[in-house]
Order: sequence, then C-alpha cells, then structure tokens
Amino acid sequence: MGYPGYPEEFWDSIEKVEATRERRLKEVFKRITPEEKEKLLEKWHPDYRPEGKRALKLGPNKGDYVPNEVADILEAYPLIDPNDIDLEDIDYDVDVLIIGGGGSGAAAALWTNYRGIKAENILIATKLRFGDANTKMAQGGIQAADRPQDSPPIHFIDVIGGGHYANKPELVRILVKEAPLIIKWHEELGVMYDKDEHGNFIEIHGGGTSRKRMHAAKDYTGLEIMRVLMDEVLNREIRVIEFSPAVELIMDTSGQVAGAVLYNLETNQYYVVRAKATVLTTGGFGRLHIQEFPTTNHYGATADGLVMGYRVGTHLRDMDSVQYHPTGAAFPEQIVGQLVTEKVRGLGAQLVNIDGEQFIYPLEPRDVVAAAIIRECYGRNKGIVTVTGQRGLWLDSPMIEIIHGEGTIKRYLAAMYRQFKRFDIDITKEPMLVFPTLHYMNGGIEINEYTQALNADGKPIPGLFAAGEVTGGVHGKNRLMGNSLLDINVFGRRGGINAAKHAKKAKVGKLTLKHVNNWVTKLKEAGIAPKRKAPIILPEYRGKRALSRSINIGF
Amino acid sequence: MTAQKTVKKLKVKMVSIYIMGKEYKVPEGLTIHKAMEYAGYKLVRGVGCRAGFCGACATVYRFKDDYRLYTGLACQTTVKDGMYLVILPFVPAKKPGYDIEKLKADFSSIVKLFPEVTRCVQCNTCTKVCPQEIQVMDAIQMILRGDIKSAAELSFDCIACGICSLRCPAEIIHYNLFQLVRRLNGKYLTPKSQHLVQRLKEIEEGKFDKELEKLVKMGPEKWKELYEQRVIE
Ligand SMILES: Cc1cc2nc3c(=O)[nH]c(=O)nc-3n(C[C@H](O)[C@H](O)[C@H](O)COP(=O)(O)OP(=O)(O)OC[C@H]3O[C@@H](n4cnc5c(N)ncnc54)[C@H](O)[C@@H]3O)c2cc1C
Ligand code: FES
Repeated sequence: MGYPGYPEEFWDSIEKVEATRERRLKEVFKRITPEEKEKLLEKWHPDYRPEGKRALKLGPNKGDYVPNEVADILEAYPLIDPNDIDLEDIDYDVDVLIIGGGGSGAAAALWTNYRGIKAENILIATKLRFGDANTKMAQGGIQAADRPQDSPPIHFIDVIGGGHYANKPELVRILVKEAPLIIKWHEELGVMYDKDEHGNFIEIHGGGTSRKRMHAAKDYTGLEIMRVLMDEVLNREIRVIEFSPAVELIMDTSGQVAGAVLYNLETNQYYVVRAKATVLTTGGFGRLHIQEFPTTNHYGATADGLVMGYRVGTHLRDMDSVQYHPTGAAFPEQIVGQLVTEKVRGLGAQLVNIDGEQFIYPLEPRDVVAAAIIRECYGRNKGIVTVTGQRGLWLDSPMIEIIHGEGTIKRYLAAMYRQFKRFDIDITKEPMLVFPTLHYMNGGIEINEYTQALNADGKPIPGLFAAGEVTGGVHGKNRLMGNSLLDINVFGRRGGINAAKHAKKAKVGKLTLKHVNNWVTKLKEAGIAPKRKAPIILPEYRGKRALSRSINIGF
Repeated sequence: MTAQKTVKKLKVKMVSIYIMGKEYKVPEGLTIHKAMEYAGYKLVRGVGCRAGFCGACATVYRFKDDYRLYTGLACQTTVKDGMYLVILPFVPAKKPGYDIEKLKADFSSIVKLFPEVTRCVQCNTCTKVCPQEIQVMDAIQMILRGDIKSAAELSFDCIACGICSLRCPAEIIHYNLFQLVRRLNGKYLTPKSQHLVQRLKEIEEGKFDKELEKLVKMGPEKWKELYEQRVIE
C-alpha cells in the first residue's frame, strides 16, 4: 500500500487528509471578511513586500514603483546599435505588423483580415513557434455572461471587485459586453466547448465569480482556442515568421510607430519591417521570476513588449501588482511551478493543511488564496516541506470524484491527471501538493477602448496598438480566471479592427531609430551603468559551471 | 518567506546522457530540457510551454544495447542514465488550407483534403508513440468509418508534437487531420447554444447599455458596495 509517487514522510499527512475528507465534504469554510482580507494581503501577499520593488528612474512612469525585475529590464540598454541597422533596406513592407503569435496576436490578425487587409499585407512575427504562448497553456476556461441568470453588468461587478476597483471601467465594459460575441465567434469557427446534449455550455464557477460563467474545453481551453485560431490564420494564408522576435520598434520622423526590427534567432541577422500599423501582443512576464518565484508561463514570457513600448513612450499601469496563482505544483520537483488549474477548486476540491484541515474558502480571489497559503506554510507552519525545501499544502482532488462521480477527473481534468500520472501520482485517489507560483502580469501598457497605446499624457501613440496580457487596465490589480482568455479575444479583435482602420489611411514617412539613441542618452543621464540589456528574449537557465566556462571566440 | 528555497545540502546522483551523441554528466531527476540547460545548452528550438501543452519538444531517444526507439516530450521526461537523445527542432508537415464555412462534416470533405488517411495499415505505431496516450489509430479508424464526432473527442488531447506523423508508414499527418475533424465537429455536429443567441440579441438591442453606463461612471465607493452585496449563485 502507500502512495508510490510520494515520499514516505508525506504519507502520515495524506492519511489525515483522507480521514477528514468525509467530514469536510459537508463543511463550507467561512468566507473572508473585507477587513480580514486586507490584513491577510498586507502581511502575506508578496506584492506587499516593500523590498520587492523600486521606483523607476526614467521614462513615462518615472517615480512609479514596479517589481525590481521589471525595473531591471525597463532601465536597460538596447540589444542593437541603431547605427548597425539599415532602415532604407526594407525586408517586409506591410499594412499591419503583429508582434507576438499567441491568442491576442492570432485574433488581431484574423480581424484585420476580416476588415479588408489582405493576407499578404499582414505579418505576424513571433519569438518561438506560432502558438507557443501562454494562451496554449490556459486550462480552466473563459468567462462570458450568457446564461439567463447572469448578465454583463453582473460580470462587470465581479471583474472590478476582483481587480480591487483599480480597473479602467471603460475597458471592463467592453470586456463584459463583447464576451458573448466572442463565444459565438468561437462556436462558428468550431471551437469544441464543453456542452450538454442541447448545446448549452457547461458553465461552472471560477475564483471570484458570482455566477457560473466559466466556459471550458476540458482542461485544454486555451490550447483548443489557440489551435483553432492558428488553423484559421493558416487557412487564410496570413504570413507568420517564427523564431524572429522583435527587438525594437521603429518610428518615422513624424513620431508614429512604423514597424519593428526583428532578429532571426538562428542566423543572427536582423530584418526591417515597415508597417502602417503595429500591434503589440507579446504577452506577459512570468519568466522574469519576480521575487524568485517559479512560474506557470511559457519560455518566451519575458515582457519584451513592455521594454520596446516604453522606449517609444507608452505609459504602463498597475505594474505594482503581480498575480501569483495560488496553486502551482510544489511536488514533484520536475513540475514545480506548473499550473494546477483553478478548475480543480471550481469542481469542489478543498485546500487543506498538513493536518487535513481547511484554512480558507477555496474560491476566494487569487491573491487572497495565495496569501492564505503562504501564511499557512510560513506563518503557521502547517505546510509540508519537500526535500528541496519547497513548501506546499494539499489540494484534495479526490473530493471531485466523490462529489461529481467517478471518472470526472479523467473527463474534465485530463491534462492535470496526465501531468501527475507521469510521476506516479494518481490525483483521483491522492491529493496534490501546491504552492503559489508566478502566473500573470496584471498591469501593462495602458490602452484606450480602441486598443491604441497611450503615452504618459493619456494621448494615443500613432500607429501603435496593443492587446492581451501585455496591456494593463482591464483587470486592475488582480485578474480573475477566465477573464484573460476573454481579454485576448475581445481586445485582440479590437486591435485587429482598429489597426486595419488605421492602416487604410496612414502614411508612413522616413523610418528612424532615433528614439533608441535618445533612450540611451536618458539612461546615461540617469546614471544607469550599461550593464543590463533588454529585451531579454529568452531567460538564462544554463548551468553555472557551463556558463562560467563559456567564451566567445567569434568563429 | 517567498519561494527562495533553503535547499538542504543533498548528495545528488549524477547520470550520463548523450545529447546528440556527446556525453554530459547531469543530476538525476532533471527533465530533458533542464538537463540540457545544465549541460550548457541555450534552448531555442524544441521548447515552448515547458509544461506539456504546446508540443514543441518532441524527443527521440535510445539506450545503448537496446534496439527500441523511445519518444517523449523533453519538458515532461526525466533523464535516465545512458540515454542517447535528440530534441526534434521541427516537424515538416503538409497543412492543406480550407474554408470551414464551405465544408460539410462528412468523410468525403476530409478525404479530399487528406487522401492519405485511407492508407492507414493499422500498425498502431501512432498510438504506441503518443506521449499523450491518445488512441491515435482508433481515431483514424473512426474517421474512416465516418464517425467524426468520436474521432474529434478521442483526439481532443492532441498537442500536435508530430511524433505519430513522423513514424507513420502511411505518412498520415494525424495532427492536422484531427484539427480539421475537431473543427467540423465543433461547428457542424454540436448543437448551438440558444442562451447565447438570446443574449446576443439583448446586447444588440441595447438592453444592458444604460446599466453599464451607470456602472462605468459610478466609481470605487459604489463599486465596492455592490461587490460586497453580491449574491453568489
Ligand atoms: C498555465 C496558464 C494557465 C492559464 N489559464 C487561464 C485560464 O484558465 N483562463 C484565462 O482566462 N486565462 C488563463 N491564463 C492566462 C492567459 O492564458 C494568458 O494571459 C493569455 O493567453 C495571454 O495571451 P497573449 O496573446 O496576450 O499572450 P501569449 O499567449 O503569451 O502570446 C504572446 C506571444 O508573443 C511572443 N513574443 C514575446 N515576445 C516577443 C517578441 N519580442 N517578438 C515577437 N514575439 C514575441 C511569445 O513568444 C508568444 O508567442 C493562463 C496562463 C497560463 C500561463
Ligand atoms: S515545451 Fe511545450 S510540450 Fe514540451
């Protein structure tokens, strides 16, 4: 007997979780009061640690506090020397350039095309393969208020409450009002959402929702949406260049954004793209490992869009708040940090400590649950400690099979089941060990309702649009599950439509990288040493010894 | 606090792996990706989500004196002593274009775009190599019987790593084929949501506009009040 996937030191505690399970099935943990919530966050949420942040020394957000890791890349020197780039020799001359091949990029490309920009005049440039992005990793679902007992205004209140009332309300309105339209679009494209036999979506709760409005495609929701959008982009023959990240935006002498410099990761050559409209859809920053947290994000999530945008004057907002997903895997070591979807809690699994006792209502907003887990582990010492020193608490997944019937996990949480089964843990019978993990960039580039990127005075930067995780405002200081897949579709679509509109009348003048030179001057004036370069493109994970012996002999 | 780990001093066992034939000693228990990085590789191709969702990291490996060719995902497979491995940087595959609006959800639309599907010899290699443990061959057989719905459901967990297609003697491109099959199923073989139609009509008629306008103008104090009075379904 025993639990072959877990070390023997854990077994006692797992038995306790089993012993309390029947009682807990009937037990509803009290929801947190607003006062308790504030106290909990202040003491235990990583965002509230003052030493984790610093004020920016320059740029449109000078003086604003952001995580040190973000400040490091914003206050960094460019990768390229503008003098090396021949802007007269244009490799791609297009109407609309989309930087980033995730969900928001694909949605933008499709809607640009729907609105009359020909496929050959659209270019998607992306860092890894097309679709290798956070979007594909989204498991839990996408929100939309489409049931009779729900409505866009109810959705609005959930979004803005979850975001600590810091959201930009005009953007929230668009998010909730256009949500049903997006689901319809997907339905017509053939996205396989979970439905009952009549065609009604199977909708459940997510953290912070007051109505059941989470639409899902098993626990591969993002994968399913992404691959359908990709398929459609390819069917329409929209051009995509992979392994060619943008490293700098290009402007013209009239001050518009007019394309980008791409870098071919394999041949090390640059490409000049001239575009009448540029849409930034580069996603988030998990791979910056804020406060050394592990992350759920894909390998290319290094916030390049923020860096490039900041140099042309985009204003950032809500960058002081970071989303830690409460339940990242804490064991086994091979998958530490990887996401355990909120849907596990949505389906009834409780969070319990080493003694098998609950300590928080499982579907509080993410920041609250994350703080409660950290408190339970570090404040109350009620966590499990693994051999690497990683702490964690139990997420009691077997409850799902008891509540909804045997087979539910394999049917609705196939990805989760598989993830743990690979390491001999059967989550239909054994709980999983979890700890918060760096998940989502709440803030980002400020946009208006037309997805135009804004400068510090709130004015649009001509020619530049942004959508998806790279932007801020939609989710305020905390995003709820299911609202990001929605965001990237709603605003990706708007980005595409508005970029198309802009491209039809825009005239691009002489190209320049003067803003990059100016940035360097400003960095020097601010006394920043030329040690760091950004965008960082890919994180550095090479072994210490290998790196210490790495030399460049330039052959 | 924070994730800063107080790693206990552990005696880590090292194993020998052969990355594209070159030997490296790496700690036991690492995934293939992490082991390659430990050895000094900066990964560019063959890596994406690092979590088993994107299919970028199809890997083939063998052990000395073992004739079998093994397959797996580099982000999800733990290195073993004596492993000879290579991550595939790219899987070439044809992807026929189509207009989903003009297709019918039947076998003849599928076979026109993917005629090679009829060449399946039922060798079951595709199923054996699938890192997602999908019954790949069964799904192909369902397509051949015209059972699009079952094939769509059976292939749903496909992450398009491409290993099946590389090993298929009939040269079927399973993952692109399945993509078509799933879209046909989602679009044509699944009833549409009536709630959604109703809601879109209400939105179009402007049913929520006034209330939303009020909400936008309200400001934090009032939002907070409403949020705290929410009735949870
Ligand atoms: C594990 C996980 C689970 C999630 N679950 C959910 C969920 O259940 N529901 C939900 O609503 N949300 C969820 N989210 C959040 C949601 O998936 C993401 O926020 C959203 O998909 C982001 O989409 P995007 O298009 O903005 O960015 P991404 O999908 O990350 O795409 C950005 C793309 O830009 C590329 N790129 C980056 N830099 C450059 C550059 N310099 N040049 C060119 N290309 C570049 C990247 O490689 C990537 O392809 C989850 C996220 C993760 C990581
Ligand atoms: S890197 Fe995405 S599946 Fe392995």
